[in-house]
Parts: sequence; structure tokens; C-alpha cells
Amino acid sequence: MTHTPVERPQDPTLTARMSEAAAGAWDALRRNPTMLFGLSVLVVMAVLAFGAPLFGLPEPMRQNPINRLQDPSAAHWFGTDMYGRDLLSRVLHGGQISLVVGLSVAALATSLGLAIGLVAGFSRRVDAVVMRFMDALMSIPSILLAIALVSLWGSSVTNVIIALTIPEVPRVVRLVRSVVLMLRDQTFVQAAIACGTSTPRILVRHIMPNTFPPLIVQATYICAQAVIFEAYLSFVGAGTPPEIPSWGNIMAEGRMFFFQNFGIIMYPGIFLAITVFAINTFGDGLRDSLDPRMKRRF
Amino acid sequence: MTLSPPAVPDTDPVLQVDDLRTWFDTRDGVVKAVEGLSFDLRPGEILGVVGESGCGKSITSLSIMQLVPTPPGRYASGAIRFKGRDLLRLTPAEMRRIRGNEISMIFQDPMSSLNPVLTVGDQLTEAIVLHQGLDPRAATARAREMLDLVHIPEPERRLREYPHQLSGGMRQRVMIAMALSCNPQVLIADEPTTALDVTIQAQILGLMEEIREKLQTAIILITHDLGVVAEMADRVLVMYAGRKVEEADVVELFERPQHPYTRGLMRSVPRLGADGEGSATRLAEIPGIVPALTNLPAGCAFADRCAFVTDRCRAEYPPLVPRGPRHLAACWHSDTLPEWTA
Repeated sequence: MTHTPVERPQDPTLTARMSEAAAGAWDALRRNPTMLFGLSVLVVMAVLAFGAPLFGLPEPMRQNPINRLQDPSAAHWFGTDMYGRDLLSRVLHGGQISLVVGLSVAALATSLGLAIGLVAGFSRRVDAVVMRFMDALMSIPSILLAIALVSLWGSSVTNVIIALTIPEVPRVVRLVRSVVLMLRDQTFVQAAIACGTSTPRILVRHIMPNTFPPLIVQATYICAQAVIFEAYLSFVGAGTPPEIPSWGNIMAEGRMFFFQNFGIIMYPGIFLAITVFAINTFGDGLRDSLDPRMKRRF
Repeated sequence: MTLSPPAVPDTDPVLQVDDLRTWFDTRDGVVKAVEGLSFDLRPGEILGVVGESGCGKSITSLSIMQLVPTPPGRYASGAIRFKGRDLLRLTPAEMRRIRGNEISMIFQDPMSSLNPVLTVGDQLTEAIVLHQGLDPRAATARAREMLDLVHIPEPERRLREYPHQLSGGMRQRVMIAMALSCNPQVLIADEPTTALDVTIQAQILGLMEEIREKLQTAIILITHDLGVVAEMADRVLVMYAGRKVEEADVVELFERPQHPYTRGLMRSVPRLGADGEGSATRLAEIPGIVPALTNLPAGCAFADRCAFVTDRCRAEYPPLVPRGPRHLAACWHSDTLPEWTA
């Protein structure tokens, strides 16, 4: 790295290391406005969604039929839906589902895929069996699998997360495996073996951290994908249970009242688009700052 | 060229390679990468192994460390005796205790032999913790000592840096420090200076000499650079197509090379002013190419490139026979070769 070195504490303790890592991350953010923008938007989204109960808005579920299908006003910034529920409150609360599903799917799919991919990449015997299974999983259209699982187990947020995770795992496995295959022949792995390091330790300590840069980037794309798919599944009625407001649910309900109050579809749609755009921007920025070749530009 | 002082006195060898055959089973047949190689390595000795690319010198070092991927590789015969034990007969766990502890290795390319995501300190302490059972604090202290030994300034700071923050020469020093951190009896250096520029090369070689003096580590120095061998080695082993074709103490070898291949190697080293001021004589090359290791001739593998070839060379492989004090050569015509003038 070409940046001016940060003053580093002498004692190599864990806390010192963590503050160093934090300093490095902040440095990378400052150098990469795209990533900073994506991250800021995401933080704002998260605050709006999870802070929604604190903003003094009407309960997202409270019906008020007299005020139904109202246009935006001072009392209801986004107007109301067909039961007179406050649309702003519903959209903000709906963000919780989207973010939880997106993050959970990304975390689950990457950690499962990482574990399987590491072993598959290093052991030829495991590889043959596991990869055939992964190929089979990949041949199932993910949306159909999700619909099948949800109709089998009923609709709940957990089921949506599971349904969206399963088809993503093979993709992560492929990515990790290909990186491991490449790393396995690197001299530093040979050198580690020549130092007497055992195979599990080589996998975890020497190979795994090298798979993180592409994996983290992949995780952001999985997250964005999951946010869209959650909305999609909810929209077709196979996702989040209808009593919980989620962007997909709100849009699905608003479909019928498109001409009376266009906002029911528009506002969650805008929030969804902004969120996905922010995640993808953040991912692109991450890719740039994690790729050592790109790093030289800054 | 300055020649090294005479060889280390006769002591019991620390490492004995005996009739080693490392073969690879490939689609095109069996590649005999190392074929019937034997040599002894004494404590504190620097053994130079020379030969051109593909002559089996790297596979020899990987065989000693048991880093040859099996399959496709296999040890078809032989023994590698280290402190009375045959390394080829050890279990993987027993071998792991020897690697990096009693026998260690440094690689050709210092740019890729350190893990980019771990700090120098992480990598240095790994073998120390693993083999010597020190706690992390003591291991860090030891790592700092090792960086001092290899003359890295500001060891404290370097320990916390990542490989990309170090220069190539610095990284090779770190590799040497890593290799030496457990006081191994044998250090295998596979072309340790090939990827470095000339001034750094001299520093690294000087460092290795110094370490041999200080720690009495025996070093197997694998190289294709005869200059390096002349500078460093006590004894030299010349390999061609997987076999040892000549072995002698360094002075003896450079004064009286007995194998046409060794002579060819020596002639192909450029020398300044060898024929008077600024002369531009054409550098001698060895004609032809190394025969395919899958299809070695019955006779001498060098026959097709040799100026002194006879029918006998093509029919029978020449045995290694003594051609002087502690000097072996595998050539039918060593007796009748013209007088060597360097």
C-alpha cells in the first residue's frame, strides 16, 4: 500500500490489531467514494427501517378505513393504503424484512459455501462427490425451489431465508473452490507445508483468508439478489406472511389499487431499488479496494 | 572467480541420499526425474547441485522434503537417511515434525513464497510455535532474534508488516529467517537468488555463508549458476537428465572437470576480459537439447550433445568412477579428454 503509514502500537495484541484493521477499513472507504456512498445509503436505510418504531409513526398495522387510499398529507407523508394504514410506517417497517433477509441469506450462503468449497478444493475425493451434488442443486431454478419450499413448509421469514440460501450455496462453493484450486499450487502453500504445517491448519490459516476478497464481494451481490427475491416471493404470495409488512407484500396489495393510489406500489418500489442499488455500489467499491491491482490506482 | 576454502573434514554425514529414484507416471510414460542419485551431506557443508532446467535438481530437493505430489510422482527406489532414519519410510505426521524443524527449505521466488494476507510475524512464529512449543510471546521474541540474524533493520516494525511492504531481497531474508528459526541441521535452498538482482544476490549468498559459519547448518544449494557454486560450495554435484554425472570438491571440479557436460557448463559462463581487453568472443554453448525424460537412451544421456561421443557411449551408460581425489565422473572418456584450460 502506498498510503502514509498509520502510527502503529508496538505491542502486537489483538486490540491493537483490530484498531489497525479499522483504520485500514476507514482508509479504504475514504479512498473509494463509490463504496462510501453505497455504505452511507445502506446505513441510512438500516436506521430508517430498524428505527421506525421510534419515529412516532402510526402503527404499521393500525387500520383506519375512513382515511383509506389517501394522497400524501402532513399526517401521512406517503398517504394511506386501502385499509387506511400509514404507508410511510409500513414501508419503513417493511425495510426490516428486506434487510434481515438479505443479510441472513448472504451470511448463511457464504459461510456454508466457504466451508464446503474449502474442503472440496483441497480434497480430490470429496470434490468429486460434493461438486456433482452442487451441480444438481444449481440445475434447479432458484425461484421455483423457493416457491416449492415455502409451499411445503408454509410461509415464514425463516423459510424465505432458507429457500433463498439453498440455491446460492453452490455458486459460492464454485467460487471458493476455484480460488482454492489456484492457491493450492502457490509457493506460499508449499512453503507452509515445508514448514511442517498440517493440512487443516493450511486450509484455515493460509488458504481461507485468501478467499475472503472475492467472497465478500460475492456476498454483497447475494444480499442484493436476496432483497429482490424476497420482494418477488412476497409479491407472488409465496414469501413473507401477508400480515407482516414487507416491500413485496405492500406492492402485492397495492396492485389492485394502482389507479386509486399509485404510491402503494411506488414507495416500496423506490425503497427497494435504492437499497439494491446501494448494496451493489458498495459491492463494486469493495471489489475495487480489495483487488490489489486496482489498489495501485489510489 | 575466487574459490572457497577446502572442503569440510570427513565427519559422519547428516543426510545421506542413496540410489534415489523419483519417477512420475504421466500419460506419455514414466518420467524418470531423478534416477539413481546418491550423495552425502556433512554437517556445516555447502553442497552445490548444478544442472540445467529439468535435470532433476529441484525434484531432488522436493524429494528430500517429501513435497513431490504423489500421485503422479512416486519414489521408485532408494533411501534418504537423516539421523539414522529413512525419510521415505516415515508417516506423514513424523515427516511433518521434521519439516521446518530439522530440515527446512527456501524457495526460488520470494515474491510468492510468503502468504500475502499474513504478517511477517505471523508467518515467522508459525513454525516456532509448531515445533518448539513456545508461547506466542516467546515465539515473537525468537522471531525478532531471527530477523536480527538475517540483518533486517527495525525487526519490530517488520514483524507487523505484510509481505507486500517488503522488497524482494527483504522477503528472501524473511524466508531464510523462517527456515532457520528452529535451528535445522539441513537447509535446502532451491535457487535462492535466481529471482533477485545481482547486488541483492551477493548479500543473500553472503548471509547464507555467515549462517553456515554461525549455526553449522549443512546447506544444499541448488542453482544453475556456476558462479554461485564457485563462490559458495564446498562440494559440487553436477546433474544431467536426472542423474549425477560428476561430483567433486569445488576446487578440484573447477580445476579438473572430468565430464564433457561439466566442461560445457563452464564454457558457457560469460567472463569479462577472458581473451584480452573488451574482446567479444562468441560464448560457447552446449549444442542440442536435453533428451525427453520419458524416453532416455540406453547409453549416456549426454551422447547426442557430446563432442567426444563414441559408439560405446550410445550403447552403455557409463558408471560413476573415481577420477581423482574425492572426484567421481560418469564418462567413458574422462581419461582421454583434452587437458582443461579454464
